[in-house]
Amino acid sequence: MAGKRHFILERALKEIKDGMNVNLGIGMPTLIADRIPEDVHVMLQSENGLLGIGAYPKEGEADPDLINAGKETVTVVPGASYFDSAESFAMIRGGHIDLAILGGMEVSEEGDLANWMIPGKMIKGMGGAMDLVQGAGRTIVIMDHVNKHGESKVKKRCSLPLTGQGVVDCLITDLAVFQFKDDEMRLVEIQPGATLHEVQNKTEADFLIDDGLTSYQ
Amino acid sequence: MSKVISSVEDAVSEIHDGATLIAGGFGLCGIPEKLILALRESGVKNLTVVSNNCGVDDWGLGLLLKTKQIKKMIASYVGENKLFEQQYLNGELEVELVPQGTLAERLRAGGAGIPAFYTATGVGTDIARGKEHKVFNGRTYIMEKGITGDFAFVKAWKADPYGNLIYRKTARNFNPVAARAGKTTIAEVEQLVGIGELDPDRIHTPGVYVRYVFEGKNYEKRIEKLTTVKA
Repeated sequence: MAGKRHFILERALKEIKDGMNVNLGIGMPTLIADRIPEDVHVMLQSENGLLGIGAYPKEGEADPDLINAGKETVTVVPGASYFDSAESFAMIRGGHIDLAILGGMEVSEEGDLANWMIPGKMIKGMGGAMDLVQGAGRTIVIMDHVNKHGESKVKKRCSLPLTGQGVVDCLITDLAVFQFKDDEMRLVEIQPGATLHEVQNKTEADFLIDDGLTSYQ
Repeated sequence: MSKVISSVEDAVSEIHDGATLIAGGFGLCGIPEKLILALRESGVKNLTVVSNNCGVDDWGLGLLLKTKQIKKMIASYVGENKLFEQQYLNGELEVELVPQGTLAERLRAGGAGIPAFYTATGVGTDIARGKEHKVFNGRTYIMEKGITGDFAFVKAWKADPYGNLIYRKTARNFNPVAARAGKTTIAEVEQLVGIGELDPDRIHTPGVYVRYVFEGKNYEKRIEKLTTVKA
């Protein structure tokens, strides 16, 4: 599993370009931060009120007044700024954040995302996810292709409550990369170690195969 | 024109059963910890609390859950709190989950005298049910209403006696919008300085929004998730 996750993170990393303002969701997306090369200058936004997240602090230097949206202690990079929650979501909802990378529970062929609630389980809340998927310039979802029972998380229709409708621009799983554009879901890449046959078998959604389909090198 | 009060008990004495209370903070960062403790001691009940989170079992707003003082919680994320889960499942606690940006904007709007606004957040989800939908420039939005509260608790770093507030780092979060949306806003601060000592260019919340200021001592400032790297 750790190896598969590596392919997801590495592929997601390629979407982060120099000069971008990016919001990385809690959980797996947060792990991308450490992989961003030093010559790619991006500002990572944290919706609790920080643009310019830095590394975790050194032992003994954690500041309780400085956390990320996952409530972890962090530091800031040079050029960072602090602001209040309304300002933070003006940035997000006003389309000023170029890219949001979020985890997912289910993605549908229509580009719907479900990632905040499992009925019958304890409600936790959507936090900023519904704002991010509507407001960010691009929304990328990263997740495992199938659940622990081997069932496809890439569905015809989401069975879980939605976070957003038609909001996913790109889905990166351990098996494949899909783009959503003009109401079409298109397989554009196959991850290392996976085959087209496997992707087809493990995907419930109907999708087109891009002419330029490539394996990730 | 001093708004300084010397006891935190006085600060919460006006709060009555059934009041709506807005509280600043994100997780345990920038929470009004002294005011919450005082409110617990006051014993007021049936509160509607508006806050991004609801603390943890033994700190922050979680303390008011333990004493069953909260009737309804309006929040965006409550996943850190087992008591919350129990009381919700028992039907003792009403919950309204609001997307975080919508919550911030509802408070901002409420404090600015704007009764409602349209947003794309939540369109096509359960959140949109029963809400007015309207299309602007080909995109669908839902109407969300501003929030005001009888009282607001905010936590700042520095204040002057007029109630001008300066926050520190990400402890700012929901505090400025909470300050604006409260009819009676009570600020607790780490450091009270003399009038004129704060640079007017550096003030985050102008004193006009603040009714009372209280200087707290020995802040705990608990950390929810301590993450560090080896030095």
